[in-house]
Amino acid sequence: MYPEYMNESLKKASQSRNKRFELAKSGKPVFPPMSAEEREQVLNKFHPDYKPEARRKIHIGPNKGEKLTTEVVDILESHSRIKPELFDLTRPDYETDILIIGGGGAGCAAAIIAMENGAKSIISTKLRLGDANSMMSQGGMQAAVTPQDSPTRHYLDAIGGGHFDNKSELVRVLTEDGPEVVKWLENMGVVWDKNEDGSLQVLHGGGTSRKRMHSCRDYTGAIIMRTLMDVVRNNQDKITVLEFMPIIELILDNKGQCGGGILYNLETEEYFTVKAKTTIISTGGYGRLHIRGYDTTNHYGATGDGLVIAYRAGAKLLYMDSVQYHPTGSVFPEQIAGFLITEKIRGAGGQPLNKLGELFVFPREPRDVESSAFIRECLERNNGIETPSGRLGVWLDSPLIEMLQGEGYINKNFPAMHRQFIRYAIDITKEPMLVYPSLHYQNGGIEINEKCETNIPGLYVAGEASGGVHGRNRLMGNSVLDYNVFGRRAGKCAAEYVKSVKLGPLTLEHVSNYENELKRAKIKTDLIAPVLLPSYTPEDVKKRQLTARYEGTLR
Amino acid sequence: MAAKKAAKKKSVKQIKAKSVKKTPKKEMVTVFIMGKVHEVPSEATIMGAIEYAGYQIKRGAGCREGFCGACATVFRLPDDYKIYTGLACTTLVQDGMWLSQLPAIPAQRPVYDINKIEPNVATFQKLYPEVFRCVACNTCTKACPQDLEVMDYIQAAIRGDIEKVMDLSFDCLCCGMCAIRCPAEIVQHNVGLLAKRLYGKYLSKESKQLKKRIKEIKEHKYDKEFKEFIKMKKEALKKKYYERDLE
Repeated sequence: MYPEYMNESLKKASQSRNKRFELAKSGKPVFPPMSAEEREQVLNKFHPDYKPEARRKIHIGPNKGEKLTTEVVDILESHSRIKPELFDLTRPDYETDILIIGGGGAGCAAAIIAMENGAKSIISTKLRLGDANSMMSQGGMQAAVTPQDSPTRHYLDAIGGGHFDNKSELVRVLTEDGPEVVKWLENMGVVWDKNEDGSLQVLHGGGTSRKRMHSCRDYTGAIIMRTLMDVVRNNQDKITVLEFMPIIELILDNKGQCGGGILYNLETEEYFTVKAKTTIISTGGYGRLHIRGYDTTNHYGATGDGLVIAYRAGAKLLYMDSVQYHPTGSVFPEQIAGFLITEKIRGAGGQPLNKLGELFVFPREPRDVESSAFIRECLERNNGIETPSGRLGVWLDSPLIEMLQGEGYINKNFPAMHRQFIRYAIDITKEPMLVYPSLHYQNGGIEINEKCETNIPGLYVAGEASGGVHGRNRLMGNSVLDYNVFGRRAGKCAAEYVKSVKLGPLTLEHVSNYENELKRAKIKTDLIAPVLLPSYTPEDVKKRQLTARYEGTLR
Repeated sequence: MAAKKAAKKKSVKQIKAKSVKKTPKKEMVTVFIMGKVHEVPSEATIMGAIEYAGYQIKRGAGCREGFCGACATVFRLPDDYKIYTGLACTTLVQDGMWLSQLPAIPAQRPVYDINKIEPNVATFQKLYPEVFRCVACNTCTKACPQDLEVMDYIQAAIRGDIEKVMDLSFDCLCCGMCAIRCPAEIVQHNVGLLAKRLYGKYLSKESKQLKKRIKEIKEHKYDKEFKEFIKMKKEALKKKYYERDLE
């Protein structure tokens, strides 16, 4: 239930609804979309990335001298968890064709396709299989299927949304493989939303010029992820899953080829060595670093681990200066602050409104533009609604959807969202939601080509951990597509590479070298990375955690 | 009823006195995390409370938004004989709540090849024969944190109505709370998952347009335009982008 003081603003939103409904129904744009100049202006002034302290120079490693997101530089300029000299790499604890780091969508897709191409794999995952942002995507997956659409149109939308910084060969692959991915997933049992005649239901997303969002109600990621996991679990003889066992360093061979990694058992705190002919990083993003102090939509393990281990091994990063804030993170009630409210809400006709009940931006600008417009409305124009704990937000008018699409539409198509709010006595079929941008996606990552190869031979990357596909801003529905397209490609190319690769003696020398580099650059830090898990321990508890030294499993 | 409440308050207070004091900023309640007493903000979720108390969760947290089912939790309330189930990330604490997370849930799942099974009741009989032991007690439905009609979809599975199982189990998070409570030892969430896969693969009507589009791509219909776009200078591409029509 909303506090009483918000009633006046809620009333204004409801009063303007009929007029907004008439305009939306007429088919005319409900608000003029921004021109290139307008976009640039609002981004420069209000996007959190453009604040001077948002980026700082990195002093070591392959991207030395570049300005990257501050919190990313923090985890990159850090110490390893291990002393390399304590590891005997001549007798590995595990051996496999492909080591897949991360058991989300990209990792599972890679394992399945690798298996079909004759390669065995180990999926090492920090939490459970499927504990990933892939599980949480609600709104859908883009793919150019309808007659009025085409992969090239999808290409244009994606590259414009990414401010023309995307690597073009990656965008081509992303958009051209799309329809095939829809079919591939259906063949494994994914239940797409369809019309009576079997045609796929499609909606708009921010920055799309054609309706091409395919969905499974608002559990799209959950349905896809659980299907992929089920296939993985049905093939235990070819795919070994190691849960609560993250990889915390890569292993190279004497020729600089990737030859596996060091596993860490989160529960027993033991380390194990994995020798693999090739390695795929599919560790996802970094929302749990809470960049710029923002709440996040991300899952518990999203701490950018893949970036750290790849960077130490010498992999080049791309666009690690660019962070995606999802326009519609929840801000009220407090308990669900930061939670994702799917863009599909706006795809179905939902509109953002200020405290005066007025629409102030085209509802489906690309995410960074839309987010910046929300921030401007709250901070500069002072038209936000303040929550009891002091957060600011704008309304996301969901009742309008019921008027546009018919009564019952929300219950049928947004069961997760409805459930999320009704727990707190907010019925989104009758009242709007209160939203503000929430840290959502790592736009950049480890640079790849269309075969998912990196500058390290034998090291592949797929999904959110990779950089280049989305330029400096990803469109809605392109990440679900991304992890499928590039997960499959990584699996296929890695399986091919397995056939010819010959590994030399294994080494962790790069880890020692990196430590020396830290010293030479006079970087003083206590930080040990990969971070693995965020800490939400309150300060007064931390003050009493006074163990002088870590001893085994007891602090 | 009033007497009961008073008794409850007293017992909670006594325990409070023994606990180490924290500086309370908000209204607080007392909860028992696996038996240990803690004072936590009254508006916290169970997950928030566990972290507020100082625990670093390893197992028992995943998406933290109600999609992954990692944080299955059982709890009891004062002066109430019932055992309750909920997701730690979306369930709020109550005064006197005694809670424990379930770090993992054992559940049988047979290995199968989706390409070699058929969408009919015989598949359930073969892979999940225990489904037919359902005594329709409705305990699974009561245990579901998503408020799904779990028993109804198990009954639909017994009838071989795969579409119904798919529809009713669609929002299932596989938290496994139904399975842990079921007296017939059915693993409802895995049955639901099987039904969804059978429906998606065999029963969902095929999209002709999808087939057509895939064929067009394979026949290189878009190659020429892709090459043009890739060669295009940024300014020209920009122009094309801002001039494109919207559906």
